[in-house]
Amino acid sequence: MAFWAIPPILWQFAFFVVPLGFLVAMTFWSVRSFRLTPDMTLANWMFILKAGFFRSAYIYTFKLALLTALIASLSAFPAAYTLAFRLQPRTRRFLIFMLVVPFFTSYPVRIYSTQIFFSPEGIINAMIAPLGLGPVSVLDTPTGTVVGYLVLTLPLVLLLQTFALMNTPRDLIEAAHNLGCGRFRTILTVIVPTARVGLVLAATFAFVLSFGDYVAPLYLGGSNPPTLSILIADQVKSGNNWPRASVVAVTMILTLIVVMTAMLALAYGGRKKGRG
Amino acid sequence: MNAHHLRRGALFLWTALLLAFIFAPIVSTIIFSFNADRFPSLPWAGFSVRWYEAVFADATILRGLINSLIVAGATAIVASFLGFAAAYVDYRYRFLGKVVYTALIALPPAVPVVILGIAMLTFEGRLGLSGTLTGVAVGHIVLAVPFAMALVRMRLADLDPDIERAAWNLGATPWAAVSGVVIPFCLPAILASIFLTAAVSFDEFMIAWFVSGVNETLPVRVLAMLQGQVSPKINAIGAIVFVVSMSLVVIAQVLIGNRADRSSKRT
Repeated sequence: MAFWAIPPILWQFAFFVVPLGFLVAMTFWSVRSFRLTPDMTLANWMFILKAGFFRSAYIYTFKLALLTALIASLSAFPAAYTLAFRLQPRTRRFLIFMLVVPFFTSYPVRIYSTQIFFSPEGIINAMIAPLGLGPVSVLDTPTGTVVGYLVLTLPLVLLLQTFALMNTPRDLIEAAHNLGCGRFRTILTVIVPTARVGLVLAATFAFVLSFGDYVAPLYLGGSNPPTLSILIADQVKSGNNWPRASVVAVTMILTLIVVMTAMLALAYGGRKKGRG
Repeated sequence: MNAHHLRRGALFLWTALLLAFIFAPIVSTIIFSFNADRFPSLPWAGFSVRWYEAVFADATILRGLINSLIVAGATAIVASFLGFAAAYVDYRYRFLGKVVYTALIALPPAVPVVILGIAMLTFEGRLGLSGTLTGVAVGHIVLAVPFAMALVRMRLADLDPDIERAAWNLGATPWAAVSGVVIPFCLPAILASIFLTAAVSFDEFMIAWFVSGVNETLPVRVLAMLQGQVSPKINAIGAIVFVVSMSLVVIAQVLIGNRADRSSKRT
């Protein structure tokens, strides 16, 4: 057993757990004359948590990730509904396979394409100009960042929602219809509660992915204002202040743990009550 | 009846719009990689492969491509072995702390890559691995093992545990049972995981960006190019990366698909 059991856990321990532990330890280190020195100081934590730029970046990143999870969930739902209930199995299988494609298509390149779509001379402005609209400028704005987050998260949200809806028992829906429940009410009172776990999971992934994303806020948002991931990258690549970057990283991890715990409670909590 | 049709039409229209939003960046990358004009815009300036020629004439891009292929190959082999081992342990044994064991192995994709990146950079810096392709591969393996484990574990769910016991009863050593029964049975999944983990590594840019230093992989090169001016070369690279990754994924899918066909015929 040891032959099989030890290598994977050893690898993930040595190159995942230890580096993360090292990251946490480093938040207590100090930088003395440009050199990292092991230490037990709270100075980095105090500095970052009190810094105005960190607080505004934290609130901004959190808000945008939350907004993305909301927009992605609401906009994907009608499409997931169509995929799960309104299409032929063949078409559905094909579309599900297609939705896997974006995961293996360079995300930076997709952001580059999106950047060009929304540029002043881009396709979007060329399309809406004859309608007397525009020009719209979303590049280098928070809207641009959200558009990028949606490029990142929508395929996954749509896939997870579709799977969740496909698992809803058809009899349940038909029963609701037979009992005179309208389509819209069936969705709200039968389909959404039954598929809750999958729907919450999809929203959680959207939040987690956007919260940590670096490419969209940089290239579509113009890091204006910066998000937490941009703060980390800046501190590491230019400022070289790794302990402070680590503090930002650890606050991100703690935030994600809290969010995921809350979402799991939302997904699985109160099930019996809901059924009764 | 009319309202019903209207609602149905609106539903389909919305779905089409959403799918267009998802796929437009991919489709346009491929189309405009063949556009003669420098700025990817309409009207179409004529078919051209000049951006591909430019890509293959650019030494830094070629170096990045080769680096990416090396890292993807190493990642695929190591991650698939580790993923198989973890899946087999989960399938075969019961022990105290098994939930923690599997959770720990499966966790890395849940951590934002920007955080994995900085953690890897600081830690590997101490080991002298940062700035090397080995360092990049080490990080990619951490990220890829869970995918390999999941693929093999799904396959093992179809293997009756009694078959391995039968092999033991017939005198096979545990080792012979694994190499003669379990591994051949899992082979499609193992191969699929080799292709899938290679694709995961080939597209990963954040860990690579932090760790790779001067040994840029292809996605890191693309990130650097994004900082510069509009360059249609990015479209050509995107199209090349698309073809490579999709070939890997389609091969993986076919291998898994064969399994599904066979097991459905068997039952």
